[in-house]
Amino acid sequence: MAPYSQPQIDTSPVVSDEIRKTTCYMCACRCGINVHMKDGKVAYIEGNRDHPVNQGVLCAKGSAGIMQVNAPSRLKAPLKRVGPRGSGQFEEISWEEALSLATDWLEPVHKSAPEKLAFFTGRDQSQSFTSLWAQSFGTPNYAAHGGFCSVNMAAGGIYTMGGAFWEFGQPDWENTKLFMLFGVAEDHDSNPIKMGLGRLKERGARVIGVNPIRSGYNAVADDWVGITPGTDGLFILSMIHCLLKAGKVDLDYLARFTNASALVIDAPGADTHGLLLRNADNKLQVLDRKTGKLADFDQKGVHPDLAAQHKLDGTTYRTVFQHLADQYLDDAYAPEAVAEQCGISADQIRTIASELARVAFDEAIEIQQSWTDFRGETHEVMVGRPVSFHAMRGISAHSNGFQTCRSLHLLQILLGSVEVPGGFRFKPPYPKPVSAHPKPHCKVTPGAPLDGPHLGYVSGPDDLCLTEEGQPARIDKAYSWDNPMSAHGLMHMVISNAHAGDPYDIDVLFMYMANMSWNSSMNTRGVMDMLTDKNDDGSYVIPKIIYSDAYSSEMVAYADLILPDTTYLERHDCISLLDRPICEADAAADAIRWPVIEPDRDVRGFQSVLCDLGARLGLQAFTNEDGSAKYADYGDYITNHQRRPGVGPLAGFRGTEGDSFGRGDVNPDQLDRYIENGGFAIQHVPDEGAYYKPWNKAYQNWAVEIGLYDAPQPYVFDVYCEPLRKFQIAAEGFGERQPPDHLRDRIKETLTPLPVWYAPFEDAAADAETYPLHALTQRPMAMYHSWGTQNAWLRQIHGVNPLYVSEAVWNEHGFSDGDWAEVTSLHGSITVPVALMRGLNDRTVWTWNAIGKRKGAWALDEDAPEATKGFLLNHLIHELLPAKGDGLRWANSDPVTGQAAWFDLRVRIAKSEAPSESQPSFDAIASPVGKGPEMVRQQVRANKGARS
Amino acid sequence: MHPASSVIVFTVLSGFGFGCLFWLAIGLPDLMGLDAFVYYAIAFAVSVVGLVSSTFHLGNPQRALRAFTQWQTSWLSREACLSVIALVVMGLHAILVIFFGTNLQWLGILGAFFCLATVLATAMIYVQLKTVPRWNHMGNLVMFLLLSLTGGAIFTGSDWVVHLLIATALLQVGVWVYGDGRFAASGSTIESATQLGSLGQVRLFEAPHSGSNYLLKEMVHIIGRKHAVKLRFIALLLMSVVPALLAMMMPLSVVVLVVIAGIHIAGVMASRWLFFAEAEHVVGLYYDKR
Amino acid sequence: MTQLPPPSEVKLGLVIDLDTCVGCHACVVSCKGWNTENYGVPLSDMDAYGSNPVGTFLNRIHSFDVQPETGPAQTVHFPKSCLHCEDAPCVTVCPTGASYKRAEDGIVLVNEDHCIGCGLCAWACPYGAREMDAAAGVMKKCTLCVDRIYNENLEEVDRVPACVRTCPSGARHFGDLGDPNSEVSLLVAARDGVDLMPEQGTKPVNKYLPPRKKDQLVQPAGTGCGGHMEEVAAEPKGFLAWLDKSLEAL
Repeated sequence: MAPYSQPQIDTSPVVSDEIRKTTCYMCACRCGINVHMKDGKVAYIEGNRDHPVNQGVLCAKGSAGIMQVNAPSRLKAPLKRVGPRGSGQFEEISWEEALSLATDWLEPVHKSAPEKLAFFTGRDQSQSFTSLWAQSFGTPNYAAHGGFCSVNMAAGGIYTMGGAFWEFGQPDWENTKLFMLFGVAEDHDSNPIKMGLGRLKERGARVIGVNPIRSGYNAVADDWVGITPGTDGLFILSMIHCLLKAGKVDLDYLARFTNASALVIDAPGADTHGLLLRNADNKLQVLDRKTGKLADFDQKGVHPDLAAQHKLDGTTYRTVFQHLADQYLDDAYAPEAVAEQCGISADQIRTIASELARVAFDEAIEIQQSWTDFRGETHEVMVGRPVSFHAMRGISAHSNGFQTCRSLHLLQILLGSVEVPGGFRFKPPYPKPVSAHPKPHCKVTPGAPLDGPHLGYVSGPDDLCLTEEGQPARIDKAYSWDNPMSAHGLMHMVISNAHAGDPYDIDVLFMYMANMSWNSSMNTRGVMDMLTDKNDDGSYVIPKIIYSDAYSSEMVAYADLILPDTTYLERHDCISLLDRPICEADAAADAIRWPVIEPDRDVRGFQSVLCDLGARLGLQAFTNEDGSAKYADYGDYITNHQRRPGVGPLAGFRGTEGDSFGRGDVNPDQLDRYIENGGFAIQHVPDEGAYYKPWNKAYQNWAVEIGLYDAPQPYVFDVYCEPLRKFQIAAEGFGERQPPDHLRDRIKETLTPLPVWYAPFEDAAADAETYPLHALTQRPMAMYHSWGTQNAWLRQIHGVNPLYVSEAVWNEHGFSDGDWAEVTSLHGSITVPVALMRGLNDRTVWTWNAIGKRKGAWALDEDAPEATKGFLLNHLIHELLPAKGDGLRWANSDPVTGQAAWFDLRVRIAKSEAPSESQPSFDAIASPVGKGPEMVRQQVRANKGARS
Repeated sequence: MHPASSVIVFTVLSGFGFGCLFWLAIGLPDLMGLDAFVYYAIAFAVSVVGLVSSTFHLGNPQRALRAFTQWQTSWLSREACLSVIALVVMGLHAILVIFFGTNLQWLGILGAFFCLATVLATAMIYVQLKTVPRWNHMGNLVMFLLLSLTGGAIFTGSDWVVHLLIATALLQVGVWVYGDGRFAASGSTIESATQLGSLGQVRLFEAPHSGSNYLLKEMVHIIGRKHAVKLRFIALLLMSVVPALLAMMMPLSVVVLVVIAGIHIAGVMASRWLFFAEAEHVVGLYYDKR
Repeated sequence: MTQLPPPSEVKLGLVIDLDTCVGCHACVVSCKGWNTENYGVPLSDMDAYGSNPVGTFLNRIHSFDVQPETGPAQTVHFPKSCLHCEDAPCVTVCPTGASYKRAEDGIVLVNEDHCIGCGLCAWACPYGAREMDAAAGVMKKCTLCVDRIYNENLEEVDRVPACVRTCPSGARHFGDLGDPNSEVSLLVAARDGVDLMPEQGTKPVNKYLPPRKKDQLVQPAGTGCGGHMEEVAAEPKGFLAWLDKSLEAL
């Protein structure tokens, strides 16, 4: 035999000509990316190791970014509709024509009735900018997609503890010993959660997954709670029952840092009944255990008494904690009482409760770091309860979601595990109590800006957005009695309300990155009909629709004017502390996107277009005194806009020297400094301020220093949510602003100041015999809603989405591989492929979200599997509940926040003949961008250009 | 396994062709001159068509010469080398017989050896694969050789035709029956593939990609059981039974032999189609497809 | 050449932790991106926007559900790529010498310039690690990012396969499995790492760490809130007394 020989290969090839560091936009996670450039083209994308969010890792979506940037579905130029709405027939026009047309449509609205513009943005990451534009335009009708997405989670968190899970906080991954995850399938914060789970697994820490579906994160969970959808709140309150019974709650924490020691006024029949005792300065009062006297809650040295009972002038006051104990010690919350409804065993409830207690109290940890609290007391160590939680849509997208989120936060707080080592930690700018948020504004003045920001947090009926007649002031009826705490607006109601002219007609619907005629709406077919519906005179009911998107999405066909956006590598953006930043628990951070390549099409970044449009319309925030445009483009805005003196969209590299963070003068070189620094800026929280942030002097002072607040604002957690009680009091008949009668009972029952569980509303309409199954969607990790489908790599991973059913359902219906089924809800039916999944709650069916596509969209062939076998569950869901016979149509949403309750869906299933394609099917829409190429073989060689 | 027509044509025709050459090499029948020319021409043509067809499934046939380099380890390379040697030796033999009327016996035996060695190497390409348990036994090797000899026997009108045809029928049935149990006997299961068997019973929940891929197209071919039984019956009938009956009942004239050869080759094609289509690759376990 | 070299001392490979993999496909796509730009021809996608898109991928994630005798079914995400076997049957079957195993580190590679695209190596592989590129007609497979792990143009920390660098949950580990004291070898020892399809006799270098036991958090049945949590009081009034006592103790 010949001696062994092998080819010589180059193991050190040149990787790229240059790396440009920017921020991913393939989902809301906003990781740092290294874009490898060859010959001026994007060649390869990987995670940025220095970046605080992802520390080098990158998910499937981010790694497939090159296929997004080169996607054939990219819009190429402004489009003007020439065929009927919904046909997809357009002509390309110039930007000048497009902007003139938009100005012609918007100017009269601005001058005469700004509320006739409804401006809603979808997966917009520039909300502090788009809201400023809308505010300057003067319309009250602005929001992003949070109401459809997860506002329950945000509002539940803010109203309870001044911060939420979302991407606004994180478990203390390095110290937690038990992590419990509710209803999360690749939601916000996707890479950090995966990284955190990896850290836990390294240490062998326990992960408990609560989800009807055992996929993704739940697949790696050590223990799985395959709960029945919509009953998480009941499960949590039952665990609270167990913990209280066993006395396993952190009394010291509750007394010091929460309003559990606040005094509840017991004055039945009075308009103060159930409010908390405050002094003349509206300061919360507690009974000092040392002195036995009333004191301000934040008074130096005070030790609030959890067990206090106080009598004054014939009125009795008892602490929140006693009310809480009364409520949850009730046998109605005993594991045996709730187990069947939750679809899990009483044993499992008990076992998990005691494991939480064991880890929180028996395995408590201490960090040798002194800190000083807001009452001036210095603590030598930081005590931690190493249990942590995370939750997202699974619990929030229900009509009981707000209270369920509150229940979970209550559980965390009772265990003393929020803002402590090993527990849940806020990321700056959180913690931020309700009082530090703006209130919503809705006062319209023709030709002038709105009286303040649109979105915020109400503290009671006085803050609602109502007209003088008591009618909703906003087109989406946010902040009305239907849903008083709708902190993110209600994007999902805009089109149906505008179509119905309820509460009023609009003239222009202006949307950005919101696929309303497809996967971003419930009742998809209905929305298409509303968008194309005409008056008797042949005009459209919704007169004018402007839409901006980078891609040929389903919504494009339903607009009259298309403003083509750039891809994420061709634009400026700021991931701002004014908005939804990229902070970590230990640091404040923000980031930018910048054009690492120039568009090869006639497209413009939407935010730059808004700057231009704002100037053309003469909007105050976008126009200089001489009438000229204030900002040349979005990059100019990012650099030069100041929200408050010294505080702008970007915190890093401020000041003339570019050396200050948070506060500082405008630095004309700011964007360049960000680029030099890898696309982000970061400022670390001092060690002394690392935990106990809401009460920690060191943190509060640091936050003021970097401009998060203008003065320290320590507060206590609202175990008892007084604003909710204020709405109840109104419903009881007190006060000037009164809810409509039909809502009184519901407000009393659901806006309770202590968390409560009630059955999802759809359960009342859909009886369990006719509709025995719950139907859910989950977002696959490798796809971000519709955006993944146009991606040649990602669509191979998820090109179809069967309806997964449990083994019980599979056998009951005699399904076999390749079968189809008709799935029917109160609202409609679909016929779709089914598949078996064994790690699934028996009475739940589910599918991957937004894989199904409309024929003709996204530059796909009309016989693409996404269009022929893929489907949307959205067809089964309505934005309204079925008529109850009371003459009213109740919204299918949470009564507190208006969050769309798409996880309340109940269905039945029946085996069906295989149709030629998934039903319902729709005609193809004409593609304004043609079809993609046959073959993709993307390779860029350094300095030689594309090989093919 | 995917029953690619180029590979079926390759294995069937080259087997047949080298079988023909084998009989000619050992001088059965002992031909000279024009008769020899016709026989050799057909035998070479069939062999070469078979060999050439093997290149149709290559991704880069222009590099096919490289396939002659790895005879030390690779049965495919050996097959390439052996086939060329066999053709060269038999070419010399043919030239001597046709043009010089000389039949060198030692050269004939050498040629016969290389013809059979070529068929053996062809068979070993498949038989060596542990990943395809149905193929991975000597029965298939014998089957390839036997079919080659039988084909040659028909071609040359050998006295052994009927015996060989009956032998192919018996062996084929044996190979099928034995082959049916091979996958189970291999010990490869979805549990061994995933090593998750200690946790419980394993099934595929989601394939890696919702569409197809090279592996599925190439190595996972699912054929219905009823369909397979029917095809086996047809294959057996055409490959062995009908030709044997014809050979027993009719005088072995050229016309009859051509008819028998045609029917037999059709039968071998069907059998070979089944050889591929029924063969299950262990990679199918990862797709829960067998 | 397709003879296997003498066993190398260094055996580079991957250790894949099935207890940690969440099935996100990050490794799949990162691999696709790197290997489209680097070693050999790009990984093509046929019918990329059509009815039957089929592309070349060197790493794919299967998802299994596993039903234990008692307790709920489990889901296991299962990444799979070339295992760089010591007795690599894909190498020895290659007729042209295109497939080879590197003598110095055991990486199995395809010299694409010599590959005729016969597909026999893919047939010989039990694991489905090789895919023929439909556009180029040559066999593609995991190179263990041989053009990263020694690449002096990359920072040292980045000299790992693309799939390992990108894996968000840290379920993929790269190292020398020939060295019993390497981190990966210690991990395999600690977590009882296994070979896939050992009966095939391929001696894979890559190892899989099996999922840890699931659903172990069980306590004896009882009523109320038993387990190891004793009730502080049967009656609400008793609860108040407990509260008062406990607050005194603080």
